[in-house]
Amino acid sequence: MTDDLVARLLEGDKRALSRVLSFVENGRPEGRAAMKALFGRTGHAHIVGITGPTGSGKSTLVGALAREYRSRGRTLGIVAVDPTSPFSRGAVLGDRIRMQELTSDPGVFIRSMATRGALGGLAPATNDVVTVLDAAHKDVIIVETVGAGQDEVEVADTAHTTIVISVPGAGDEVQAIKAGILEIADILVVNKSDQPRADITAQQLHAYLNLGREEGWEVPIIKTVAIRAQGIEELADAIDRHRGFLESSGRLEEARRQRARRQLLALAQEELLARVLATLATAEGNGRLEALVEAIARREMDPHTAAERLIEAAG
Amino acid sequence: MAEEHKIKVIIAKPGLDGHDRGAKVVARALRDAGMEVVYTGIRQTPEMIAETALQEDADAVGLSILSGAHLELFPRVVEELQKRGMEDVVLFGGGIIPHEDLPKLEKLGFKGIFGPGASTLDIVEWVRKNAPDRGAASRS
Repeated sequence: MTDDLVARLLEGDKRALSRVLSFVENGRPEGRAAMKALFGRTGHAHIVGITGPTGSGKSTLVGALAREYRSRGRTLGIVAVDPTSPFSRGAVLGDRIRMQELTSDPGVFIRSMATRGALGGLAPATNDVVTVLDAAHKDVIIVETVGAGQDEVEVADTAHTTIVISVPGAGDEVQAIKAGILEIADILVVNKSDQPRADITAQQLHAYLNLGREEGWEVPIIKTVAIRAQGIEELADAIDRHRGFLESSGRLEEARRQRARRQLLALAQEELLARVLATLATAEGNGRLEALVEAIARREMDPHTAAERLIEAAG
Repeated sequence: MAEEHKIKVIIAKPGLDGHDRGAKVVARALRDAGMEVVYTGIRQTPEMIAETALQEDADAVGLSILSGAHLELFPRVVEELQKRGMEDVVLFGGGIIPHEDLPKLEKLGFKGIFGPGASTLDIVEWVRKNAPDRGAASRS
């Protein structure tokens, strides 16, 4: 069944793409099989991450940027992440509201995801969902994070080009996007720049950037009014320039290798955990676990040694 | 990754009325019941709603309408869903819908219609009971 879905996905069938994305998002074996089959088809898309504080206009900017790309003839995948409620484990995914008119464009595929408890600003399966969209021939994939404060920097591992949005008046010293999140920016955007103090915000960002920057790439600060599509052409140009820089400087290759390493280790970790948990699922395994728990609780064995025993038993 | 399936519901407002209080209350109630709810906002065409259900791989679509145009718009949403091979998605609706229209809507596939005064608990229960169990069987 997965073979058929994968074949249809590669032919451009949106129903098949949508189903595969669900399998991947929900951690199903069909998703894993599809990922294996699709891997050889990936590597074409440019992945753009967009992050910034709640209310900075991320979704509106994503919509405006997507329209700009469409006018340049490029196809798009958009992954919009919203937070899962820590209490109910449910979520309201509302990013589409700001880009719904793109829904009717056959060159755009939008998927909303919930964080499902992940803390880095993305959903746990975001990377896999991006990979599948890449295999589905999208030229550009935009990943929009949850409203991020200072520490939600995971998007920089996913994206080739990371855009950090700030807004005027967010705090005299750009409080909303201090260290952490500013450091991951390849491009800085001051959105809502028709508001007073936009220039001051831009200047402050400029001063911040002068404190230290990556070699060979000068982080541009772009003023936009996303709701009126102002500054969006300039932003799209800057993203293309960054892509060119990544290619000519060898950073793209380097980033690919780093991503491959991270992914491999993460998957190995997952697989190892699954194997350990499988050995504990039997009555004998469960007994062994309980015995170790008891030993730690009585302080007869330290937790590190106990963990080593657990893994040895899993082979 | 551990397997985790959540019921995914689209809450949409077709047509031109802009009264979305009810839609938002329902979206929130479904969220509080642990579901993942995509809210589309107001003034959605049938095509936009069906396309959203397709891209999001929704289990259920709930339409909220207060303009009285349900007999025009609900069939068109169904038609657009069918065009996209989404005939198995569960349909429900709410708003100002006269009692005598219910059989027509039921024939279209809207088995759950919730008018003013309906309890959100009833809506949550209805969705939970009627959404396909995709944890077990997969469909394509």
